[in-house]
Amino acid sequence: MTPIAIIAWREIREGLRNRRVLATASLLAGLALTLALLGSAPTGNIGASRLAVTVVSLSSLTIFLVPLIALVLTHDTIAGELDRGTMVLLLSYPLARWQVVIGKFAGHVVMLGLATAAAYGAAGLTLWLGSTDDAAAVAAFGTLIGTSVLLGAAFVATGTLVSALARDPRTAAGIALGVWLVSVLLYDMALLGLLVADQGHSLRAPLVQALLVANPTDAYRLLNLTGLPEVGQFAGLAGLAGHLAVAPSTLLGAIGLWVVAPLAASVAVFARRQV
Amino acid sequence: MTAPLVQAEGVSKRYAGRDALASLDITLGAGEILALVGHNGAGKSTLIKLLLGLIRPDSGRIAVLGHDPSRPGAAEARRAIGFLPETIVFHPNMTGAELLAFYARLKGAPVAANRDLLARVGLAPAAGQRVGGYSKGMRQRLGLAQALIGRPRLLLLDEPTTGLDPELRQGFYAILDALAADGVGILLSSHALAELEHRADRVVVLRQGRKVADGTLADLRRMAGDPVRILVRLAATQPVPAYAGEAVSGVTVRAGRRLEIICPAAEKIERLRAVLDGPDPVADIELLHASLDDIYAGLLRRDAERTQ
Repeated sequence: MTPIAIIAWREIREGLRNRRVLATASLLAGLALTLALLGSAPTGNIGASRLAVTVVSLSSLTIFLVPLIALVLTHDTIAGELDRGTMVLLLSYPLARWQVVIGKFAGHVVMLGLATAAAYGAAGLTLWLGSTDDAAAVAAFGTLIGTSVLLGAAFVATGTLVSALARDPRTAAGIALGVWLVSVLLYDMALLGLLVADQGHSLRAPLVQALLVANPTDAYRLLNLTGLPEVGQFAGLAGLAGHLAVAPSTLLGAIGLWVVAPLAASVAVFARRQV
Repeated sequence: MTAPLVQAEGVSKRYAGRDALASLDITLGAGEILALVGHNGAGKSTLIKLLLGLIRPDSGRIAVLGHDPSRPGAAEARRAIGFLPETIVFHPNMTGAELLAFYARLKGAPVAANRDLLARVGLAPAAGQRVGGYSKGMRQRLGLAQALIGRPRLLLLDEPTTGLDPELRQGFYAILDALAADGVGILLSSHALAELEHRADRVVVLRQGRKVADGTLADLRRMAGDPVRILVRLAATQPVPAYAGEAVSGVTVRAGRRLEIICPAAEKIERLRAVLDGPDPVADIELLHASLDDIYAGLLRRDAERTQ
């Protein structure tokens, strides 16, 4: 095994041992099943696909919860080990610092990915059995799971960067909470405020698009709520979709950038960090 | 003659405007046990971090197993180094065996050999228990087992016996002796010189990042002037002894009528005469060899006087 795989495996094992993964999966599964079973009940006879409606509910759940879980899992990963003295020992072994960062990132992504896929998969399977959903709705649900994991990876990378930058674990927790508040709540509120104040005078569509794509949670929202016509009509954002014609590949690329850039920054920061 | 395992020349490192190490020279050969002695902040941990390549020196040259430890290529050389940090908090939910397996994989050493290591440090019965339930001594022994993974040629141990009771400490040094006999070079730091009697081949005393002394314990004794300790009990003829510290330099008054004098062996007759000629009648005199702690304190005091 390479050092990256060994470190990733240790993170996963510790996560399984201290029941973080189990807690995450149970929380997500509980909420997802509740949303899936209750949220899709009113679709009645209007012909809406239960799976497609559930995609809308689960997207909102993901936007709030997955970044939070990712940041909770990772904010301590470097700052905490430095604090406990285990990092000095780890770095005395024949491995490079970047391998530590990548290994930790990989381990956390696998943990979060497994929890998300298991929870949403269970909800999706429950709905799909005994329904007549078409392939498009199933595809939308698959996209939901895939992009949720990708969004999780973006925040795992961000949390790792926070942990590499912070002086101690408590500071890291504070910064991580701030990151979550900004990306999930404040950014959208500020953007809305800007749009209202501007009243469409100077903010042109390309700029609004760019501002939306710049935030990974918004890119995720656009990808899942307007990307597929089947889902878009239930999301209330359907009207936006016409004006904001951003290609799914661009949105995926934007989230992907939020995985790669913080990860690269974490490697760079940790390489210079005093241990 | 084979090249030394560790060779540092003129190594300096500053932290926040303060010298953590100032122009330090140090060598360690195969099969040698070298003890670094100094107070907290004397530079012991800084030196170990430099040898591991965790930090870079501001100036000077370091070679560990023939490599500059701060160069990327030195990662391979670290395979032959065992390290035990001063404070170590292992993950409490993992068992001792699991933790050792993790570190063995990182070093590319066979995991199966861990069983022998655990037995060697007396932890075989606790291998399957979670580390959270280990005592301080057990954690320290697990740390030593970790440092011994992959049969290292060089061991760097940062205050390894802190928190160990005397019996465990004895066992610990017995393991080190066996390793040194096999040719392993061992550098260990300690803040007590007394503990190292018959245990270190060579002692380096550090104070404020500088080397105060370097040699065997016999050398250190000589450097300090082979000091003796004279204990004097004054007769209770007067309610308060008139004798005061000023009368003979180097005299400490302990508990009223008891005086203590630490001086080089060559001066002892002169000092004794001064006490006997003093204003207070003497009831008893005892002559002892100075302890290692006295020697250590003497070396530090002398250095402090020199640098002031």
